[in-house]
Amino acid sequence: MTVTATTTDPQPGYKWVGTRPVRHDGLDKVTGRARYGADLNLPGMLIGAVLRSPHAHARILSIDTSAAEAMEGVRAVVTGADFPMLESGGEGSGEEYYDPLDLCRNVMARDKVLYEGHALAAVAATSRREALAALAAIEVDYEVLPHVLDVSEAMAPDAPILHEDLITEGVEPVPTTPSNVASRYVIDRGDIEKGFAEADVIVEREFVTQPVHQGYIEPHAVVADVGEDGKATVFCSSQGHFMVRAHTAELLGWEPSRVKVIPAEIGGGFGGKTTVYVEPVATRLSQKAGRPVKIVMTRDEVFRATGPTSGCKIRLKVGATRDGRLTAVSGSMAYQAGAFKGSPVSLGCMCAFAPYTIENVFLEGFDVVVNMPKVTAYRAPGAPMASFASETLLDEIAERVGMDPLEFRLHNAAEEGVRSVYGPIHKRIGFRETVEAVRDHPHYSIELGPNQGRGVASGFWFNFGGSSSATVHINEDGTASVLTGSPDIGGSRASMALMAAEELGIDVYDVTPIVSDTESVGYTDVTGGSRVTHATGLAVIDACRKVVADLRARAAMVWDVDVDEVEWVDGRAQHVSGDRAPMTTRDLAADAAGTGGPITASAAVNARGAGAAFSTQVCDVEVDPETGYVKILRYTTAQDAGRAIHPSYVEGQMQGGVAQGIGWALNEEYIFDADGTMENPGFLDYRMPVASDLPMIDTVIVEVPNPGHPYGVRGVGEVGIVPPMAAVANAIHDATGLRLSELPMSPVKVLEAIGANGG
Amino acid sequence: MRYVAPTSIEETVSVLAGDVRAQVYAGATDFIPQLRMGRPEPGVAVDLKRIDRLTDLRREGDTWVIGAATPSARLSEEEDLVAELPGLVEAAHLIGSDQIQSRASLGGNLCNASPAADSVPAMVVNDGRAVIAGPAGMRTIPVASVVTGPGSTSLATDEFLVELVFDRPPPRTADAYLRFIPRTEMDIAVVGAGARLTLDEAGRCQEVSVALGAVAPTVVMVPAAADILVGNPLTDEALKRVAAEASAVCNPIDDKRGTKAYRRQVAGVLAVRALRLAADRAARTG
Repeated sequence: MTVTATTTDPQPGYKWVGTRPVRHDGLDKVTGRARYGADLNLPGMLIGAVLRSPHAHARILSIDTSAAEAMEGVRAVVTGADFPMLESGGEGSGEEYYDPLDLCRNVMARDKVLYEGHALAAVAATSRREALAALAAIEVDYEVLPHVLDVSEAMAPDAPILHEDLITEGVEPVPTTPSNVASRYVIDRGDIEKGFAEADVIVEREFVTQPVHQGYIEPHAVVADVGEDGKATVFCSSQGHFMVRAHTAELLGWEPSRVKVIPAEIGGGFGGKTTVYVEPVATRLSQKAGRPVKIVMTRDEVFRATGPTSGCKIRLKVGATRDGRLTAVSGSMAYQAGAFKGSPVSLGCMCAFAPYTIENVFLEGFDVVVNMPKVTAYRAPGAPMASFASETLLDEIAERVGMDPLEFRLHNAAEEGVRSVYGPIHKRIGFRETVEAVRDHPHYSIELGPNQGRGVASGFWFNFGGSSSATVHINEDGTASVLTGSPDIGGSRASMALMAAEELGIDVYDVTPIVSDTESVGYTDVTGGSRVTHATGLAVIDACRKVVADLRARAAMVWDVDVDEVEWVDGRAQHVSGDRAPMTTRDLAADAAGTGGPITASAAVNARGAGAAFSTQVCDVEVDPETGYVKILRYTTAQDAGRAIHPSYVEGQMQGGVAQGIGWALNEEYIFDADGTMENPGFLDYRMPVASDLPMIDTVIVEVPNPGHPYGVRGVGEVGIVPPMAAVANAIHDATGLRLSELPMSPVKVLEAIGANGG
Repeated sequence: MRYVAPTSIEETVSVLAGDVRAQVYAGATDFIPQLRMGRPEPGVAVDLKRIDRLTDLRREGDTWVIGAATPSARLSEEEDLVAELPGLVEAAHLIGSDQIQSRASLGGNLCNASPAADSVPAMVVNDGRAVIAGPAGMRTIPVASVVTGPGSTSLATDEFLVELVFDRPPPRTADAYLRFIPRTEMDIAVVGAGARLTLDEAGRCQEVSVALGAVAPTVVMVPAAADILVGNPLTDEALKRVAAEASAVCNPIDDKRGTKAYRRQVAGVLAVRALRLAADRAARTG
């Protein structure tokens, strides 16, 4: 059975917000005209290629590039020596924490390579074939070192140490010897001994997950062109061209204004394009060669050197009373950071139980460096694996106390005014409403057949605000151009146009939403943290309101009345007392020169008040008891969007999160051989779901407006990926009686569990 | 690397004779990805798709003759072939996506010599013959003796596969091929099982052939299946014994796609499911 999608009606009083126009960038994208990272070619352009470590951990004794430099067609060669060594510390950028020293060593290795695929030299040549031949001619002398991938092994006292200067933060007394544990994070609230003493039922389990990649279709790609004036133009796809500008300049030892970044269309990012890899390298190569340089990663390079998110080991203990009230949780989480510190383990600790009210909490998180690529943000970073553990245990508790799992969640639901597990007091949130939406959905009462099971799970994500800029121009014909600095990774052009149309009172197709380069709009943080519709939306709304004020003032001037006598309705200036003929945007635009010149306004915000997002999901599976194959039969997701500006793209985000979560649940994982070499760096053996693996993912948009946004917007991009692993695991339990605690729940693992259970 | 596209068998033979580093290919759906992954370039890449006989598909007397480079998509379009050798066509249809189907071929799938090749167990249970051309003329060998190990065949460097020949099935005979993959498509067999059987008028097995893929360096036959089933109906008890025998003859490896234990167990499961499917079809062709 296919359940049709449901959503709220367009809000009465709004003309454009809540409608579903075809996206402004859609035609170019479906015809292939849109320009992605790899689509730009310039006259005289060279092709760059990157030499990558074949070892998971090795000391670089020497690099000899002389043979490569002498080769036919080779115009420039760079190694770590061509980039300044940066100081540790510094500030984060957008949602991504980063340390400049780590970033510079990740982009180009110095004394050590820390993972298979770690970049250590690069070449620019007149063809890719010549570039690859030159890479093969670079002589590197390695001293191979023991490597470590597993978090528990990396935390052991005798583990190979990645960084001799890494002293664990957050531990008293401060350790005197280096380790692979970069930091310890703790949430300690209430009294867990008391909480567990009050519990009638206690469950405790250990969970293990593997690293997974964001899996965007478009590989990282850049064209860099350094001119005779020493200034660089960089064309690339990313989640934030101001981030690319800042990082590229920093890694080259330049001021940011020396670099201009032109945003390409982006073929998926999911958090993985919130940092730089090849951009500074192509720029330095271009500077040395005096010609434009293009670098396009292969899929193999994308897997071996970018992303992924952490694999982890989690141990959690949950207690509840007989009548289903949660009394205490405790546990520890250790996340792989990859080669440099900065896993999202603290976010995992904060998110795991955020949908619930629990007074007694003790959670500790360990950020652990291991010999794989430095992890990068991935859709609600840190939350999905933690929620796999917490939501599986909550399912077990609900079962033990004999409650329906949704009723159990309602019974413990976090509410407005209550202190959250991670600290702040909840504002108005829509968690309860998402649970009720699933409970009341026809899916929840469809009868199941043999070997079939149903599971539910919920999830939380903070959502971020941050810095955004926008400029609105009223064109001579009365249409509007809306310029922002936010790359459009999820339909944000359409959302910006809808909000502008609503504010200006003009047709949404009379608004042209533009993603402007770093020299044409004010600074804007990365597109991440589900922040763009909220924060960049606020800037757009503010700029539009300035334009409307200007338009009213001009009408007042023309009519020679007080500006309070002019109101703005449906894109027209109207005289309140009514004796003047209304003037449209077009009229005012045509006469702009006579009323003060072009009509334009800019606005910038550092947005606060991002409304938290919650999602509750239900999944039906069928398990083949003879092969362990898990088929997803039905899937429904309910999510609080605050206010859906463009419901189709909200639904797309909800479905996309679930699709990625199902892949994470069932088959996706990094597989390494004994030497720490990734064995599955391609889409054949890194098994993301294909279209035929998934049913239609039904969506229910819940709208509990966010008080921090004029239309009530909450970010919608991330929370959808938080519940699926537990929803699938809980459904498998319902079908088979088995509690699976390791991801992925691949056929091999499911069949082993069935066999171990005597099946 | 040079590229040539001969238009006759004779021309191809002389190209191969002229360069020991020549490499023939059909749809190139394995060949090009292998080059991209670092396989050494051949001296000359020989495209076989311009030779009429190699892209042919015809019924010849009591046989089906399928050109070595005939795209899999053509097989699915040939209604009589689908009716007579449904398992073979299904196996060919599993090679790659729809786009790949218009390039991928039985011949390429066979000569690429992957242990996980989908079409090979299906060809073997149907007693397929391979027609091979070389400097000494044509020779015909069983499909089962083409592949000698992962990536290697019994063909000499100056030989190439011309076509594949299958007998048209007698009454109450049908085949089936099933594979296990963790997804629904776009994947490589973790285990493959081909089965073919002939039933007598009472519904007892007269002839039985079962072949397994991806569980050993080359396709593995399950001769015990015939020992157990011939003269008997397909009972649950008999099939349970066949499953155990199928699991027992496997010689699988642990790799990123599955474990030894998993492959052994699922080989038995798929052998039985393929036999049941073939039997249902055979009964219907009555």
